[in-house]
Amino acid sequence: MPEQNSAPRMLTPDVAAARAGQMLNTARWAVDRFSKTDAQIVKAIVKAMADAAFAKAGEYAERAVRETGYGRVEHKIIKNQGCSRGIYDKYADLDFVTPRIDHAKKTVELARPAGVVFALTPVTNPVATVYFKTILAILTRNAIIVSPHPGAKKVCADAVRTLSVAAQAAGAPPGLIQIVEEPTIPLIDHFMKSDEVDLIVATGGPAVVKAAYRSGNPAIGVGSGNAPVLVDDTCDLRKTAQYIVGSKGFDNSVLCTNESTILAFESVADRLLQQLKQAKAHICKPDEVKALRKLLFTEKGFNVEMIGKDASVIAEAAGFRAQNAEILVAPVDLIQPEEPLVREKLCPVLAFGRVADFHQGLAAARSVMRKSGKGHSAVIHSTDERRILAYANAVPALRIVVNVGCSLGASGFETNLGPSMTIGTGFAGGSSVGENLKPDNFINLARIAYNSSASEPFGVFEGLERDTLPPPTPSIHTFPVSTVSAPEDGQDVRAELRKLIQEELKAILVA
Amino acid sequence: MFDYSAFSFEDKEQLYAKARAFWNPGKVDFWRGEGIDLVIDKRQGYYLYDIEGRRLIDLHINGGTFNFGHRHPELVETLKLALDHFDIGNHWFPSAARTAFAEEFLKTAPGMDFCVFGAGGAEAVELAIKSARYATKRRRIVSIIKGYHGHSGLSVATGDARFSKIFLADRPEEFTQVPFRDLGALEAELKKGDVAAFILETIPATYGFPMPSVEYLRGCVDLCRKYDVMYIADEVQTGLMRTGHMWGWQAYGIQPDIFVSAKGISGGIYPISVACMTERCAAWQREDGAAHITTAGGSELGCVVGLKVLEMLQRPEVVVNVHAVAQFFAEGLAEIQSRNSDIFGGIRQKGVILGLEFEHPEGAVYASRALYENGIWAIFSSLDKRVLQFKPGVLLDAPLCQEILDRFNAAMPLLRQRLAKASRN
Ligand SMILES: Cc1ncc(COP(=O)(O)O)c(C=O)c1O
Repeated sequence: MPEQNSAPRMLTPDVAAARAGQMLNTARWAVDRFSKTDAQIVKAIVKAMADAAFAKAGEYAERAVRETGYGRVEHKIIKNQGCSRGIYDKYADLDFVTPRIDHAKKTVELARPAGVVFALTPVTNPVATVYFKTILAILTRNAIIVSPHPGAKKVCADAVRTLSVAAQAAGAPPGLIQIVEEPTIPLIDHFMKSDEVDLIVATGGPAVVKAAYRSGNPAIGVGSGNAPVLVDDTCDLRKTAQYIVGSKGFDNSVLCTNESTILAFESVADRLLQQLKQAKAHICKPDEVKALRKLLFTEKGFNVEMIGKDASVIAEAAGFRAQNAEILVAPVDLIQPEEPLVREKLCPVLAFGRVADFHQGLAAARSVMRKSGKGHSAVIHSTDERRILAYANAVPALRIVVNVGCSLGASGFETNLGPSMTIGTGFAGGSSVGENLKPDNFINLARIAYNSSASEPFGVFEGLERDTLPPPTPSIHTFPVSTVSAPEDGQDVRAELRKLIQEELKAILVA
Repeated sequence: MFDYSAFSFEDKEQLYAKARAFWNPGKVDFWRGEGIDLVIDKRQGYYLYDIEGRRLIDLHINGGTFNFGHRHPELVETLKLALDHFDIGNHWFPSAARTAFAEEFLKTAPGMDFCVFGAGGAEAVELAIKSARYATKRRRIVSIIKGYHGHSGLSVATGDARFSKIFLADRPEEFTQVPFRDLGALEAELKKGDVAAFILETIPATYGFPMPSVEYLRGCVDLCRKYDVMYIADEVQTGLMRTGHMWGWQAYGIQPDIFVSAKGISGGIYPISVACMTERCAAWQREDGAAHITTAGGSELGCVVGLKVLEMLQRPEVVVNVHAVAQFFAEGLAEIQSRNSDIFGGIRQKGVILGLEFEHPEGAVYASRALYENGIWAIFSSLDKRVLQFKPGVLLDAPLCQEILDRFNAAMPLLRQRLAKASRN
């Protein structure tokens, strides 16, 4: 037998790109219908989604860790729960649907959904981000197409299906929530550049975010984090150490809000290290630090193999033991971007530097953020309001959290910033939004505005908040019954038919 | 000057004159007489362009032939790539493309065992009738009055005398017609014991899509079973998701012995048709596989395209789209109908198959014309001219559907004027 050529004998078109176009059409149908839905129904749909998502929080947490190899199941459960029922509870009583009447301003604001949202979700927080973006999009009456990171595509596809099934069962139109099952770069590019996408919400690496902004479509992309942690001499060191270890260990630091580098006042540094150790941090010796640096930062950048791994696993990979450690603390001498360890590390490794005083602390914090993390998060553990204010003014972060772990603090779960899986990094961080992504980011407001002069009275819109036009006409199943009856008598009809045919001798059948 | 490199025409008049001279004077004169001066040139998606540039939205889609729109890029690319390897093939030998298509086709039609291929709808009907005769060893075929199944020898004999008599192809002793929705009349014929098959379009198109009841269709199938008559479902216009289900018979929960698919299965780009049947009906192939031969039937290129058509139709987003289009027109047309009930009498609908009833014996001819002037091409039912065939494609998107409805709305006052004038005359 001649050698078999493995190339197919016949080629077929790229199905993925073709399907993308149709998915967008389908989303448009769904959103056209859904954007007319009133607040109560929207709330019921979102509640059904949140409940279904909550019920699967554990299963998906476990599967996400298995599929991606990142993070910790028990912490992913917390995030999945927070991004399902937690988000629902937070926003359920806010209404993003009903017109808002403002007598003082003589305006009425009408919520105008973006339309079709294309959402990119990351490998690090796969299911939580799917939950979060989908619930926000639906709460604001949008359609959403989720494109998961390929490394988490299976669990994300199932998560999207869970949300979609629940939404439909509660009355959402089919096609409102869709998943790109096989995401590839050309396919994502196709979606992002499509005129049929109204808003891109991109979470992922800087390349993804830049591509979203370059697409020409309205986009919300967020940059990466690299949070400095200033610890001064006025805070409670024991509590501070617990916050830091809890946060840095949370889901093994895959949240982009995780701590990067401690900047401890020299006067408290040794005591802080002691407290960190008590809180289950392993303090690395110089040769361990060296090994870590080599392990985590390769020529190609951060070693993705180590993302979200347990501290003990990382230690072992670096050639030392840190059994039972929640995090690894790596003391460094140089707090400048040249020191790789002060860069973003999506793993439970925390750099530790010493600063002589507050002013040196500010400079060090700026140095940490010089290369990456702009517009993102910074932490300060202090009770001195003047320092807190000065720190907030000095660092290029848009959320400066105080006396709290950064992972869940900056992401709004343990502060009142608004729980979010997507952290706006503002202009400094290459993003159009500077706050934690929230429902308001998915709508525009159309404003009815009256003449401000007192001579033109404002209208009475109360009671008209619900759409006042007649509701849509009957559903598909109730269309009028045929009024043309079947012929009763075949012969009559034949005669009539012949007559008709003779009348239009020239008539041609075009069936 | 209309220059197509291989041929060219000075203007539309010259084209008309030559079409009259060399092609079909009857058709040329008929349409001009109706005020429909259409010579289709460019076509893309659900748009047709007249040779002089005017754009029309195609709601005729030739009964589902252009279900996906014209020259759908994915179908065109499929065909182009297939041409790098296949041609129409050799009908004598087993073929990879034909086998693959038959297998996939049968997956959509539980209860069926074989695909016998043709090139056009009439040929597939021909195959269905021959196979039923083989299975039952009987000759007579029953169809409905105003039924329509094509223009070949056997298929034309099932239909209206207008098309058979002229060619002396009517065969009253072998072909009997009974009224639609009349189970009594059907039973009276089947009882005689000499009937091979009853053939019925699941929703009769040329008759204006009068909706059968589930009871009627099930009754027909039950009677066929009772008298051992083969039930042939003509799915040329009702298949391929147009009822919201892959096959119309599935929408009504009935099981035919044979069903026929054509038009849309070709993607509108490469002719192919299928008579899909049970083992019993296809058994002649075991006795003499070459008992039916067709060189162009089941061409391999057509098989590759047909395979793509089936794959596309089963995508979840396409299924959602069909239902969205159906629901949109159900709601939108009901609303227009309620405001124009003096002229627009009723709506018949199953999925994206719609018949719109107008209040005049030739109401749909006027409606077709009024819509034509408003940029929509939809055709009247040739055997019930009160009813306009309104056939949206399965891939229509929301903005275009809205445009169709807006244009439809705009045509109503014009239609009212014309109908008033017609009634006075
Ligand atoms: C219901 C039905 N059956 C059969 C046919 C015949 O198909 P073709 O024209 O491909 O021979 C047609 C064509 O209009 C049809 O509408």
